[in-house]
Amino acid sequence: MKYLDEYRDPEAAQQFVQAINKIITRPWAIMEICGGQTHTIIKYGIDELLPDKLRLIHGPGCPVCVTSTAVIDKALEIASRPEVIFCSFGDMLRVPGSEHDLFSVKASGGDVRVVYSPLDAVKLARENPQREVVFFAIGFETTAPANAMAAHHAKHEGLKNFSLLVSHVMAPPAMDVILSAPRCQVQGFLAAGHVCTVMGTTEYDPLAERHKTPIVITGFEPLDMLQGIYMCIKQLEEGRYEVENQYVRSVRREGNPAAIKIIQDVFRVVDRTWRGLGEIPSSGLGLRDEYAEYDAENRFGSAADLDSQESPECISGQILQGFKKPHECSAFGVRCTPERPLGAPMVSAEGACSVYYRYRRLSASSK
Amino acid sequence: MCLGIPGKVVSIEGDDPLYKMGKIDFGGIIKEISVAYVPEVEIGQYVIVHAGFAISVIDEDEANQIFEYLKEMGEMADLAEAAETSQSANPS
Repeated sequence: MKYLDEYRDPEAAQQFVQAINKIITRPWAIMEICGGQTHTIIKYGIDELLPDKLRLIHGPGCPVCVTSTAVIDKALEIASRPEVIFCSFGDMLRVPGSEHDLFSVKASGGDVRVVYSPLDAVKLARENPQREVVFFAIGFETTAPANAMAAHHAKHEGLKNFSLLVSHVMAPPAMDVILSAPRCQVQGFLAAGHVCTVMGTTEYDPLAERHKTPIVITGFEPLDMLQGIYMCIKQLEEGRYEVENQYVRSVRREGNPAAIKIIQDVFRVVDRTWRGLGEIPSSGLGLRDEYAEYDAENRFGSAADLDSQESPECISGQILQGFKKPHECSAFGVRCTPERPLGAPMVSAEGACSVYYRYRRLSASSK
Repeated sequence: MCLGIPGKVVSIEGDDPLYKMGKIDFGGIIKEISVAYVPEVEIGQYVIVHAGFAISVIDEDEANQIFEYLKEMGEMADLAEAAETSQSANPS
């Protein structure tokens, strides 16, 4: 396919690997924030091509992984109601709440449906006026325009039976937390290409400046990742800390103005609890007051009122901050597998644990 | 989750800017996608699609940047090597 295949060319990849080998003079640690990029790195074995001096740390950019247990429990409670059609992206169905997941709600008769686009959920609300249609609006900034448009359409059409359970998160506040941690090992960042396609690049300037850390906005194909890594190492070696854009075919400095406008019309910045990381101030998006009637938590009660429990064995917080690799967890591949996950990073295709399980075939015993 | 797939715009329908839909061709599979966020898009252009929405129009000129970068990197390395060889050949 055009704009995919050419960025997977093995010869060009080798050239980048050689170039990286040539410029690197000492050990560096770079974090890719986005789970989609973690997926590319492990699937294509990019980390195994790179010099030993370079360590790639996998970041928390997987919305499925960081949606809090309380919000998952709320989703399970809402989805269990007989009047509700609960719509979600497919990845969320196996994420464990305190006791079970959306799959088991579906198995017990709950009307849980996987949708490709949030507009599909709006359509279901139009077609089923006697039912309550609830959409599980999770995601980073990349997904915010889609979810905001669903709310906008519902309000525009005066739909009374549609609401959103919102757990939106934003990348820059999480990067700030990671860089501010006393144990922080991250020396350079690959920022997420599609988040920046929507939001633009200006938010990253103060981060790079304040933490004296280079940030390279990077795409998702193997060559994108290798060029992003090369650009980041070049900055580190030269002692620079700038925001650079590798993913120029999609990311403009100002982002996508039409999308930003709808996001700002529908959402406001809120504090958000991240699974495994805890509460991060001003790190999420919630519905504005004008959209309060479309907030599922106003309709069905707040997630904050639930007493939610994490699996005590899951070390997802340490995985998501890059302190540990998935196979360093004692449950990895033994008591925690994609079929029976203890924590969310084993569920999503972009969760570090699931990616390692699928492509590395490591188990806790083989480390 | 933040996956974005490139596809070619085959047709655009609808007058209301926030309800505009396009047929997008993903290597032979055609899907109806909202093009509300890419008002400038024209038929035949490529867009990046996420969760049923086109979020950007691929810049065709910039799409080759990565290969030009590689080429320049190669030339720089050749130059550096040439400079090194000429230096070692000519100690003065």
